[in-house]
Amino acid sequence: MRKKFVRLSLSVLALSLAVFLAACGGAQQNTESSSSTSTANTSTETSQTSTPSGDTDHLAIGITQDIDSMDPAKAESAATRELLFNVYEGLVKPDTAGNLNPTVASEYGISDDGSVYSFTLRDGVKFHDGSNVTAQDVKYSIERYRDSTTGGSLVSAFAKVDRVDIVDDTHVDVVLKEPDTDFLAYFTIGITPASVSDLDANPVGSGPYKFVSRSPLENVVLEKFDDYWNADEAAHIPNVTFKIVSNTDSIGLELAGGSLDLYWRTPEAQLSQIPEDQFNILEGGMNLVQALYLNNSHAPFDDVRVRQALAYAIDPQQIMDFVSGGKGSEVGSSMYPAFSKYFMPELNDVYNQDIDRAKELLAEAGYADGFSFTIQVSSAHPQHVETSEVLKEQLAAIGVTVNIQEIEWNSWLSDVYSDRNYEATVVGVDASALNAPSMLSRFVSDAGNNFVNFNSSNFDETYAKAVASVDETEKTSLYKDCEKILANEAASVYIQDLPSFVVLNNRFDGYEFYPLYAQNIASIKPAA
Amino acid sequence: MLITLVVVSLCLYLSFQLISGDPATRMLGTSATPERLAALRQELGLDQPVLLQYVRWLGAFVTGDLGTSYVYHQPVTELLSSKIIVTLSLALLSFVFMCIIAFPVGIYTAKHAGSVLDRIVLVVNQVIMAIPPFFSGIIISWVFGMILHLFAPGGYISYTKSIPQFVGYLVFPAIAIALPRAAQAARLIRGSILEEASKNYTRTAYSRGNSTNGVLFNHVLKHAFLPVLTFMGMSLGNMLAGSLVVERVFNIPGISNTLLTSIGNRDYPVVLAAVMWIASIIIIINFLVDVLYRVIDPRTAEE
Repeated sequence: MRKKFVRLSLSVLALSLAVFLAACGGAQQNTESSSSTSTANTSTETSQTSTPSGDTDHLAIGITQDIDSMDPAKAESAATRELLFNVYEGLVKPDTAGNLNPTVASEYGISDDGSVYSFTLRDGVKFHDGSNVTAQDVKYSIERYRDSTTGGSLVSAFAKVDRVDIVDDTHVDVVLKEPDTDFLAYFTIGITPASVSDLDANPVGSGPYKFVSRSPLENVVLEKFDDYWNADEAAHIPNVTFKIVSNTDSIGLELAGGSLDLYWRTPEAQLSQIPEDQFNILEGGMNLVQALYLNNSHAPFDDVRVRQALAYAIDPQQIMDFVSGGKGSEVGSSMYPAFSKYFMPELNDVYNQDIDRAKELLAEAGYADGFSFTIQVSSAHPQHVETSEVLKEQLAAIGVTVNIQEIEWNSWLSDVYSDRNYEATVVGVDASALNAPSMLSRFVSDAGNNFVNFNSSNFDETYAKAVASVDETEKTSLYKDCEKILANEAASVYIQDLPSFVVLNNRFDGYEFYPLYAQNIASIKPAA
Repeated sequence: MLITLVVVSLCLYLSFQLISGDPATRMLGTSATPERLAALRQELGLDQPVLLQYVRWLGAFVTGDLGTSYVYHQPVTELLSSKIIVTLSLALLSFVFMCIIAFPVGIYTAKHAGSVLDRIVLVVNQVIMAIPPFFSGIIISWVFGMILHLFAPGGYISYTKSIPQFVGYLVFPAIAIALPRAAQAARLIRGSILEEASKNYTRTAYSRGNSTNGVLFNHVLKHAFLPVLTFMGMSLGNMLAGSLVVERVFNIPGISNTLLTSIGNRDYPVVLAAVMWIASIIIIINFLVDVLYRVIDPRTAEE
């Protein structure tokens, strides 16, 4: 009797589970077909439960990471810089082509030797608190970024500034300690009023959006700044909320459910959940260099032949196929394609997959039987984990055994990046400013952030020459030489710039891709 | 109670030393250089010996000062109190749902033990208990959010904006938390009532001419409630400590979401304060359950 009952209940259990699962799968298909009829319904429903999002007065943007700070000096993460791009403006500002255009300044000049940067302030630029941007504010801001107690991540760059001279009310000269014609890109950093000291609590800038409120782990709310100086590039959407979505698995659900209108860097796996009739999916690059970064001071990676062998063994296209459905752009050195001035597509072909050549090089280096090493990869970055898995397969073909060790992002920052206590890692390296040094300076042998321990006197000399050069053509060609050295010496195994999928509700359009971490919300407008 | 808190916080402090990465590496990210790391560690007091850091923290904690969050540059008390209100609301709502479901179902199935309906409920109970909350959470999101459009998944509204909308959003996560516990509670209530019903005093009560309902509500329930109370107390404690999975699935900025994020950030002051909150809740609830035991059954006090 008892046995019978157990059997009965087990079968009922199995049956009801099956029904549950079927209902779940059915639900997915259902929304696909019913979403067209229920679009109107969704928008009215969501306006009751979420922030008003049925109209085009409000844009809800999802970000996975909470921001570091509202103070541009303390902004470290890409997510933070992307948000602050809309609140603060520098003397110059990058556009989508990577040009630096005068913003708070109306024009600028660089002395022939590259040591004095002169700015003429634009008339009528106002801060969000209503005051005018003055020469004193410019001096104050630059000195604040240089000061090690307030400057944060920019101190090392601004340490080059010798002094800031106020010529008159509308003219400011920035004098550098040594010539540097690449310095202009650092003047994209926000100018802030000298009267406001705690920007974290009271963020005041001059950008197209002004700060409204911030709730940790919840959101940052911005609104259109009506007195923005440039009517052509003023904001279109009055209210913008950056929502922190800590659970990346729910992005698809939140977009489809109407809680989010815009999400950039959507994982490829989530794209299938996005209702096509409500959203546009745009594809761009993430503007980073994903590579199998090798610890050059760790045997056997101290032998250039071993590094080259690994480069010959892998096929970036196969990685792109596996990780992001074939999307992405191959890179052959530490430069990403959107940086068109410096990007060299020919370096992609330095190491085309050649298993025999790879084996030869390994044998020459004394590793005919292969060897094994560990890739430490951040578990917070699924694309890098998946890339590691493909690498493991590809390297097995030349007899190299890969162990993949997933570690937490903070452990990665500490063990791999700061302490350099690792063999190899897969990560994406990005640019903090729109100039060549931000992608190349870290490979100078004694650079504080040379986490791969790359050591090449040839590179060091070429790089130093490039920095010192004041002739634009010569300078560009020297930077390109640096890229060539990184490729030829196989400093690391360069793979790709990952694709970035931007999902935008079709009530809006106007999204633009930038060649570095910037998201310009002001360009987004109601769809025509 | 205080000793428990001291031990918990000390263990926590020591475990911070075991995991790699500290607030400085997290805050500086990829712009870290050895000099900047050293400077920041000094600023945060992380270069001091661990025990000294701990004693300082403890001293401040005793005077009610929980410190300032490394990441949010905000007093921890201020930061956490806003998150605790969220978790508190979610917990109370879940608890109410649990009671509303568990008691009628438990009592009904006990009274009609062995009936067809009882057996069906038993099976359904098993199924519900077997479904992990993240799965039921996703199902609830799909069914009520995407198909019936009763709420917008992820469309959390802060209580500072609108209390009805805030509570409205919490209803479905609360159901996800309440369901498996209600199923367990209902089973426990049923079992407990049946056990009491087989005792001698129940037979005596019947022999005095009481009706089934009379016996059940006047005699049996009071005794049957004792073991259930412990479970209810534990459930409430767990709910107040925050349901990590459900807060994550529904993107609710409650205490466990904050705790998890802060561990990732190595935001020690926030982690410590959040864990202290959770430990205190568990201790207080256990104490209250003990007190209630004595009120319901004075004999337990004598033991």
